Amino acid sequence: MSAVIPPMVMAVPPRARPWTQLRAEIVLTLAGLLAFALFPQDLGLLTNMATMSIFALSLSLVLGQAGIATLGQAALYGAGAYVAGWTALYLTADPIVGLLLGGLGGGLIALLSGAVMLRSTKLTLVMLTIAVAQLLLELANWARWLTGGDDGLAGFEVAPLFGIWEFNFMGHTGYFYALGALVLVFFLVRNLVDSPFGLTARAIRQDPGRVQALGGRVYLHLLAVYTVGGVVAGLAGALTAQTSKVANLFMLDFTTSAGVVVMIVLGGTRRLSGAVLGTVAYMTIHHIASTLNPYHWLFVIGSMLIFVLIVLPEGLIGLLDRAAAYARRLGRKGGAR
Amino acid sequence: MSFALLSSVLVDGVTYAMILFMITVGLSMTMGLMRVVNLAHGAFAMLGGFLAASIPQRLGVPIGLGFVLAIALVALLALIFERTLLRRFYRRDDLDQMLVTIGLMFVATAAVNLMFGSSVTSVALPEAFGGSVDLGFRSIPRHRLIVVACGLLVVVVLWFAVDRSSFGIRVRAAVDNAPIARAIGIDTTKIYAATFAIGAALAALGGIAGAELLPMEPTYASKYLVILLAVVAVGGNGNLFGSFFAALLLGIVETSMKYMVPQLASAAFFLTMIVVLLLRPQGLFGRQA
Repeated sequence: MSAVIPPMVMAVPPRARPWTQLRAEIVLTLAGLLAFALFPQDLGLLTNMATMSIFALSLSLVLGQAGIATLGQAALYGAGAYVAGWTALYLTADPIVGLLLGGLGGGLIALLSGAVMLRSTKLTLVMLTIAVAQLLLELANWARWLTGGDDGLAGFEVAPLFGIWEFNFMGHTGYFYALGALVLVFFLVRNLVDSPFGLTARAIRQDPGRVQALGGRVYLHLLAVYTVGGVVAGLAGALTAQTSKVANLFMLDFTTSAGVVVMIVLGGTRRLSGAVLGTVAYMTIHHIASTLNPYHWLFVIGSMLIFVLIVLPEGLIGLLDRAAAYARRLGRKGGAR
Repeated sequence: MSFALLSSVLVDGVTYAMILFMITVGLSMTMGLMRVVNLAHGAFAMLGGFLAASIPQRLGVPIGLGFVLAIALVALLALIFERTLLRRFYRRDDLDQMLVTIGLMFVATAAVNLMFGSSVTSVALPEAFGGSVDLGFRSIPRHRLIVVACGLLVVVVLWFAVDRSSFGIRVRAAVDNAPIARAIGIDTTKIYAATFAIGAALAALGGIAGAELLPMEPTYASKYLVILLAVVAVGGNGNLFGSFFAALLLGIVETSMKYMVPQLASAAFFLTMIVVLLLRPQGLFGRQA
């Protein structure tokens, strides 16, 4: 009976309220705690993994769900990082305020740039996203008095989290702060994706013309998704700036935009968990390979990308899905006997 | 603006534009023809430059012959890439195409670093290219004149090839409507492969000719990728003159800003691109898709 494949696969919203099912969040928290216990000396790397996972989630929402092809997501990430830096320098050292303002900064850039870009599609859209990110990069490079130019924006202090936990050189606070933010963002984005809002976004990805014909407002919906993605990317940037105590031009660079696309493609673009998985895989390989030679790292990631695209179009998460399906089949066979 | 400044801007801007044109025209053709976004195109220019720098030394052939060998080798590599890898992605979506070519770009960068080292390599030019030419009112490096002549020659030859030859007619038919072209017996597979190889060869030529302005280093492909894509997007896919005028526009905008407000040269470049794409989403000469 499972031989009949429905012509169009649409995710059916779960019958129970989505926020009652926290399986993914619990797995994520446990994995984070396990990583903390296993690799206490690599907390810096683990913190980066958590913040980059949030960045990847923003792209998974924008690209994986709504199908907005972008190679300029770094614009939103970098904006969040600089806003968080400015908040700490000129306004308040409180991390939560900086984080939220960073999110707003990313969302604002997304709203403004999306409003002009999202009328176009395909290659033109990709080029516009690249151009906007490059424009921001050049402006940040030019406005040295504001951004510190090549040296980056540094020298800001971050006050203890909730007034209790200090961000010290041990990095414990930074790690749990980033992990907590990741779990919370994952929960919020997952609920958004499972909601009618997310369903409409997927429908637009599959057939914008039909959504338009059904009375959906494609442009406004894409703009809303892009803005939410901007907020999430801004949060990721702000977290990175706060935990590493620096916001630099590299965060706006094309390489950063391309890197995060590679991450979600490795993990799988259609699922949010793929974004986290891909980020962890990418950064683990980076960590191991870059100790050898930065160019060998490029070779590894390049050939891996080609391999994944040819053999595993649905990403690493697809591999896990297949393994799970295989295990279930085996289990059923064993049960029948 | 004084006359000296104006002439400097024009000479440097046009030279830069011709280099951009030679590198991007192949990219524009393959995008128009196969609807494939080849982000690894800059890698062909880079390979051309590095091979041109090393072949004359290692094989002991004259520099000019070395250039020809380098360009032919790049065309061959492009052909192999198109036949073995890229053709699998013609029916995939834009993003997958971009990613597989980004993957290739990474691999090419690593390979170039392995073979030629990570430092900036200069391409030795034949002696006839050195020195300067006195035009009466000012002297111009001869290299610049040769680059501009090269670019103009490429435009004229390509225009004749596309507009007059039977190969060009087939290419245009495949650009206009590939299924109908196949239906009337045009072998689009061969057209794709040939166009891709020719585009890569032109990129190699542009890379060699432009090595003075865009120096050869392993990160070349990713460093100039955005600029190359900008020229193609502004010109419109698959349009010879679109690429030419887009290269001229962007090249002169960036060069003139470099003379006047150097910090904002790149910003002006991208602002021009955004304005053009907002006014004409299909590019200067693009048609509605």
